[in-house]
Amino acid sequence: MQDIPKIDESEITPPQMYFNRRRLMRAGGTVVSVAATASLYRALNPTKLVSLDSKPLLPANVPNVTGQSAGATNPDANGTSTTTGDTSTTQSAGSSTDAAASSTPPTPDELRAKGFLVDDSMTPARYIVNYNNFYEFTTSKEGVASAAAGFKTDGWQFKVSGLVNKPQSFTIDQLHALSPLQERVYRMRCVEGWSMVIPWIGIQLSHLLDAVEPQAGARYVAFETLLDPERMPGQLNPILKWPYVEGLRIDEAMHPLTILATGLYRQLLPPQDGAPVRLVVPWKYGFKGIKSIVGITLTAQEPPTSWNLFAPNEYGFYANVNPDVDHPRWSQATEQRIGEVGRRKTLLFNGYDQQVGELYAGMDLRKNY
Amino acid sequence: MNQVQFYRWLVIINCAVPLVLLSWDAWRGQLGANPASDALHVTGMLSLVCLLLSLTITPLRWWTGWGGWISFRRALGVYAFVYAVIHLGIYVVFDRALSLSSTLMEISSRRFLQIGGLSLLLMVPLAVTSTNAMLRKVGAKRWKQLHRLAYVIAILAVMHYYMLVKSDVRQPLVFAGLLTGLLAVRVHRAYAPTRTPQRV
Ligand code: HEM
Repeated sequence: MQDIPKIDESEITPPQMYFNRRRLMRAGGTVVSVAATASLYRALNPTKLVSLDSKPLLPANVPNVTGQSAGATNPDANGTSTTTGDTSTTQSAGSSTDAAASSTPPTPDELRAKGFLVDDSMTPARYIVNYNNFYEFTTSKEGVASAAAGFKTDGWQFKVSGLVNKPQSFTIDQLHALSPLQERVYRMRCVEGWSMVIPWIGIQLSHLLDAVEPQAGARYVAFETLLDPERMPGQLNPILKWPYVEGLRIDEAMHPLTILATGLYRQLLPPQDGAPVRLVVPWKYGFKGIKSIVGITLTAQEPPTSWNLFAPNEYGFYANVNPDVDHPRWSQATEQRIGEVGRRKTLLFNGYDQQVGELYAGMDLRKNY
Repeated sequence: MNQVQFYRWLVIINCAVPLVLLSWDAWRGQLGANPASDALHVTGMLSLVCLLLSLTITPLRWWTGWGGWISFRRALGVYAFVYAVIHLGIYVVFDRALSLSSTLMEISSRRFLQIGGLSLLLMVPLAVTSTNAMLRKVGAKRWKQLHRLAYVIAILAVMHYYMLVKSDVRQPLVFAGLLTGLLAVRVHRAYAPTRTPQRV
């Protein structure tokens, strides 16, 4: 028999203290693990939104066609209500194309008839600048804003060439000098099934094309985004063939609804929305609205377009919004309007049927999707 | 409560943390521009992650030799099911406006939804038999056979994810790679010469 070593009474942990210590350890372990899980979740699902803080483009640069002092202003900036769809704030949307001929500014009804102004509530700026498809930066819609922050556009130029009499390069200032900037409140429908209403600032593409004098043989207009993987790190990944390219038929390009936008909510276009200049074609799916344009070429042949090259059976050249022609993998009948609960019905040509329907008269929209 | 039981509770509590935060964000209107879509993505992702974690338990047990791992497996599997049910619920309520007919129409006409639906459907018998009482009732052997369905469920879930992505398939491919690894370990073990000498 071995001697059991004597332990002094005082060295033995009293049972209740032992259990207390274990309880404490467990409580501590629980708290630490929950905190770790919560931080991991938060890191992967951040809730921070950036705000639209680019320089104002109005009123200094934009003649106020209606003489109203208030245009569509960023409701987030002044902390007022987030829905500013009432027409009183958007009356300066657009100017008549022949502004010189008629000195009286167009009435809201005239603007509505042209499609320059819709009455739907405008999407709050904080959503427009935090929910973007811009694969040149990242494929995460929520991540574009931070990935594109700091994208420098100083000294930006884009070249207009091809079948034109006056090929030339334009700075953004030169573009602005071509014709008065206009405000257009357009619906924007993404091919993914969500939509926004955005007050763009820009000029009609037709005014730029007029300036370079298209030749008779020019039947299409091709667009190209900047190719610079150092500034656009998403281009390091061959998700699409870079640079992003898009195209329009010349009659689509000349349509008054088609604009080159350089601003939104009366502020300069922020990087995540396509700074410094992007295309906006409101009756087509959003991917036609090519961003950060460096080249515009007039051609005789239908130009290649990025999404069509990637998946020709899913994305056509026309990409007109059409509730009756589904994407092969999802329905296009309804859309999630950002800021609303529940989905709304998608409209043919995104609600611009009256303005653009005739461009496609006699065309099979199922075939030419 | 012994130590393993305590760890199991830790797993159970921690798997609920994302759900609490997701609900909290939803309540405060902080799910961003497209809350329904965000919640759909988060719950789909959580379901898939829990599923893959449940499939790492057995290899972990082999490698570490610690039997305690096994007591986390059912909890992870049940969470995979719970998150998938919430995922479907969000789809029905917000994407299909609570219309059962439109949900069924849409699921039946889209291949990636059919596959996701099948994955969820196959989870049901596993969730139903996840209690101790059911395990005893079914019998350990048949229970084990039945729960091999988890492999099929995981493959279908990864396919569902891969097919819905527009062009950037890197993330679903990462999940496909992890799953392939988890399945390969099992195949390897099944066919590798046994380490213990065979009884004659
Ligand atoms: C009837 C059953 C299901 C339906 C109707 C369904 C529906 C959907 C929908 C509509 C999306 C989003 C598609 C998009 O945004 O383009 C989605 C995404 C997803 N689902 Fe499901 N799903 C189902 C079952 C499952 C199951 C069982 C799992 C996993 C175990 C799962 C995992 C995912 C994942 C990982 C995503 C992608 C999340 C992301 O993009 O980050 N789904 N599902």
